[in-house]
Amino acid sequence: MIDLFTKFDPVIALRESLLESGQTDPFNLVMEKVESPTVAICNGKRTILLGTYNYMGMTFDPDVIAAGKQALDEFGSGTTGSRVLNGTYVGHRACEEALKDFYAMDHAMVFSTGYQANLGVISTLAGKEDYIVLDIDSHASIYDGCALGNAQIVPFRHNDIDALEKRLKRIPEGAGKLVVLEGVYSMLGDIAPLKEMVAVAKANGAMVLVDEAHSMGFIGEHGRGVAEAQGIIDDVDFIIGTFSKSVGTVGGFCVSNHPKFEILRLVCRPYVFTASLPPSVVATAATSIRKLMHSADKRAHLWENSKRLHAGLRQLGFTLGTDEPQSAIIAVIMPDLETGAAMWGALLNEGLYVNLARPPATPANMTLLRCSLCALHSEEQVGEILGMFAAAGRATGCID
Amino acid sequence: MSDRQQTYAKTLEMIEPFNKKGVAVTEATRFAQDLEWDSLTVLDFVANVEDEFDVLISMNMQAEIETVGQLVDALGRLKA
Repeated sequence: MIDLFTKFDPVIALRESLLESGQTDPFNLVMEKVESPTVAICNGKRTILLGTYNYMGMTFDPDVIAAGKQALDEFGSGTTGSRVLNGTYVGHRACEEALKDFYAMDHAMVFSTGYQANLGVISTLAGKEDYIVLDIDSHASIYDGCALGNAQIVPFRHNDIDALEKRLKRIPEGAGKLVVLEGVYSMLGDIAPLKEMVAVAKANGAMVLVDEAHSMGFIGEHGRGVAEAQGIIDDVDFIIGTFSKSVGTVGGFCVSNHPKFEILRLVCRPYVFTASLPPSVVATAATSIRKLMHSADKRAHLWENSKRLHAGLRQLGFTLGTDEPQSAIIAVIMPDLETGAAMWGALLNEGLYVNLARPPATPANMTLLRCSLCALHSEEQVGEILGMFAAAGRATGCID
Repeated sequence: MSDRQQTYAKTLEMIEPFNKKGVAVTEATRFAQDLEWDSLTVLDFVANVEDEFDVLISMNMQAEIETVGQLVDALGRLKA
């Protein structure tokens, strides 16, 4: 018998060498208690959360919690069925109505996760003779959507408008084209030049899908994302998003103005062949989405937090993923995985949780300490966070 | 030189800047195993080749191309 696990030996060895140094396992942390969107108890210690994507801090919103409890009481714990069979409740429809209002679009389709939304829409839209042109730094769910379908996959260099245009022009005449972009790229927290890229895509007869997972609720006047902020949301054919970031629960969606959009409900396998979200989840999502429409003050505070953390970390001497803060993600670039893991552990000892991101998830084989801010981080907390970075950075030799 | 010979010569020339190990490259040289290119190097190289020959080499096609000779053959088909 050939042991099918042999292929994982390099990963097992890397993990063991990391843990031998007495390092806490960065990928095995347990939250024992969660006090608020910004504080949890980890390893018995009060820890400030700076790596949760809980951008708008909706997870403990009283209206959101109340809606979830009421739905649990009235509709039970789960639907035990697909959206196209017994799994569509009034709550699922209400959630789709909330999304249509939030984005001012004609159609909305809710998936069980954001991952499945990309998987389903991308694999279903682009068929065998079609071409998908995507940014090389696209999220795993986009690549997996490509792998599930049969289209020709053409990547281009990250955020490179000329590279996108050249590839679009080389696609054989008559082929269908889907350009896949993200508003905010989650590893470095940088945004895409969507205005220019969408114009190039349209000029070359392509449909455009933009994943706004990391911008919803925060970027743009109404929190609709980078496409709104850059004034071209009406030229985007499909927006993909998630409930597991700003919305504060779990689930995914696609919104669109395409007149035939609703047929996707019958032909999109990751939508059809899985159970729908529990009633409590869609109730919390719908309530949260409607509140996010009127959260301009929180958006302004989150920008303040992002600017202050970015400036403070740079002043301490850390190397950051972007020259200016472009989103609520601030990525601190570490020299290597060992130093990154040591710094991650030192921050946890100080009482701060961030994400450790490593290849292959990261661009250019970088090791990153990824910080995502929350609108509910107070000014004092951001000050505390900077103090923890200073102490941990000095303890590990990352800064002088 | 035939078209294929020209394409091969150009391909060898384009491999050199990425040939950090100084491997003696032939038609049988494999990109992953012999040149030890990672995915980012492959991306840069493919982008250069695409621009040089004004073709598209999709990821689906890349999956089928293991050796330098296979790339030269693929370029011949794409340019035709």
